[in-house]
Amino acid sequence: MSVSEFMQHLANGTSLGSLYALMAIGYTMVYGILRLINFAHGDIFMIGAYLTYYGIVYTSLPWWAVFILAPVLTGIMGLILEKLAYKPLRGSPRITVLISAIGASFLLQNLGTLVFGGRPKAFPIPKMLSGTLKIGGVSIAVISIVIPIITIILLLTLTFIIQKTKTGMAMRALSKDFETASLMGININKVISTTFFLGSFLAAVGGIMWGIKYPQLVPLMGVVPGLKCFIAAVIGGIGNITGAVIGGFILGLGEILIIAFLPTLTGYRDAFAFVLLIIILLVKPTGLMGERQAEKV
Amino acid sequence: MLTISNLEVSYGGINALRGINLNIEENKIVTLIGANGAGKSSTLRAIMNLVKKTEGTVKYDGEDLTNLNTMDIVKKGIALCPEGRRVFENLTVEENLILGAYTIKDKALIDNEMNKVYDLFPILKERNWQKAGTLSGGEQQMLAVGRALMVKPKVLMLDEPSLGLAPLLVRDIFEIIKEIHRQGNTILLVEQNAKKALEIADYGYVLETGSLVLEGNGKELLLNDKVKEAYLGEAKTVDSEQKKGEN
Repeated sequence: MSVSEFMQHLANGTSLGSLYALMAIGYTMVYGILRLINFAHGDIFMIGAYLTYYGIVYTSLPWWAVFILAPVLTGIMGLILEKLAYKPLRGSPRITVLISAIGASFLLQNLGTLVFGGRPKAFPIPKMLSGTLKIGGVSIAVISIVIPIITIILLLTLTFIIQKTKTGMAMRALSKDFETASLMGININKVISTTFFLGSFLAAVGGIMWGIKYPQLVPLMGVVPGLKCFIAAVIGGIGNITGAVIGGFILGLGEILIIAFLPTLTGYRDAFAFVLLIIILLVKPTGLMGERQAEKV
Repeated sequence: MLTISNLEVSYGGINALRGINLNIEENKIVTLIGANGAGKSSTLRAIMNLVKKTEGTVKYDGEDLTNLNTMDIVKKGIALCPEGRRVFENLTVEENLILGAYTIKDKALIDNEMNKVYDLFPILKERNWQKAGTLSGGEQQMLAVGRALMVKPKVLMLDEPSLGLAPLLVRDIFEIIKEIHRQGNTILLVEQNAKKALEIADYGYVLETGSLVLEGNGKELLLNDKVKEAYLGEAKTVDSEQKKGEN
């Protein structure tokens, strides 16, 4: 493999890894606070992509405005999802909420098929983000460069929110102890809503960039990426945001590079994530960055 | 003045509290003593609405707090420092304190309260950048008390602040409670360490299996034969001290 080819694969893997990372954060944040795997997260990602599609195709808004508006709307959808599907079950056994999450996922997929139609839609790519750049003889798709940059900006913003703001502190407090958090006067419902908003916002941004990278929208487009990002979160240590990002990048880069070096394995591309998951869980059951934690009571 | 009337709490059919009445007067230290499982923590938790009341009312200055949720009760100026410290181990000391003042919007006020807490517990200032989980048990207790003070509570409720602390630290904690009281706070102190609690309390209640069996001012209760026998007996004290060590 030539150097330029390798660089292309690297760029491709990095951008895919960024997308996985963006989405894995949503899984890990929700798990960190509610100890719930939000299986509908992948479908939120799909909705984010579709909202963008409709925003660009059916409104006269400039594409960048849609790129901001759609994630905000998706964030609100995520927050509503929590209110309808999870909040009424708070305090129920975890398995009950988990089943509700699976139900919510199916509901969104089918609602998506009903409302958006099952036929694939071509994602409208803004001119600025299509095409390729030539850097020192290596041609790289513009989007493969834009994705990691946006991801890094969003990650820094999120880190700031979680580390420096009062809401972020409340989120971290909530992840350890609901009851004591409420004794501080923390509005638990509001913090949980914020968590779902942020997670869904990031998933929608992921959905948009996914749409640019693989410009074909179908209502089930969230299923496989959703599963993989869940795996990325588990690999990184679920509940740990840094871990989710690392997991996302490992998965994205690994997936692309393995095919690049061993093209015969192309058909097994999706299996890579699962094999990696099994190996990592065998070696380190808590995930890479995860800490063993006592069951929350 | 915090008034609790006819408070009943039951857990799955078992009555933890069977209708108790408490009066916590302004600027007083009131203590609630009793053995393990007497219902002391349940009382505080019911006041904060962390557990459901089966019956009874909680009023503060005539205002009904019975059905408010925990968050709003905190906003009314009632703070609970929970049993077992419950500091946020993954947050720094300073972040723990900031969260204590979560309901306060004014940044200057928060800084002011934080300085007051640091004056009270200089060790917390030294360690303000450390994760709370890395503090010793005594320091964590101080942090828990400091965190409860951050909201400038009108009534500070302390649930077994001496639990699991070495005797010297127990002395310190009680000194600090006195100091907090001197600064003009109303305190409801729940303790197994009856002797220490009654020594500093203006008024005391004795709780036995969910009912109040005695009440009176602190000094009186200290001299009361029944209290002496049940809670202050030499042998018993040693015994309970040992139990704490095991915890």
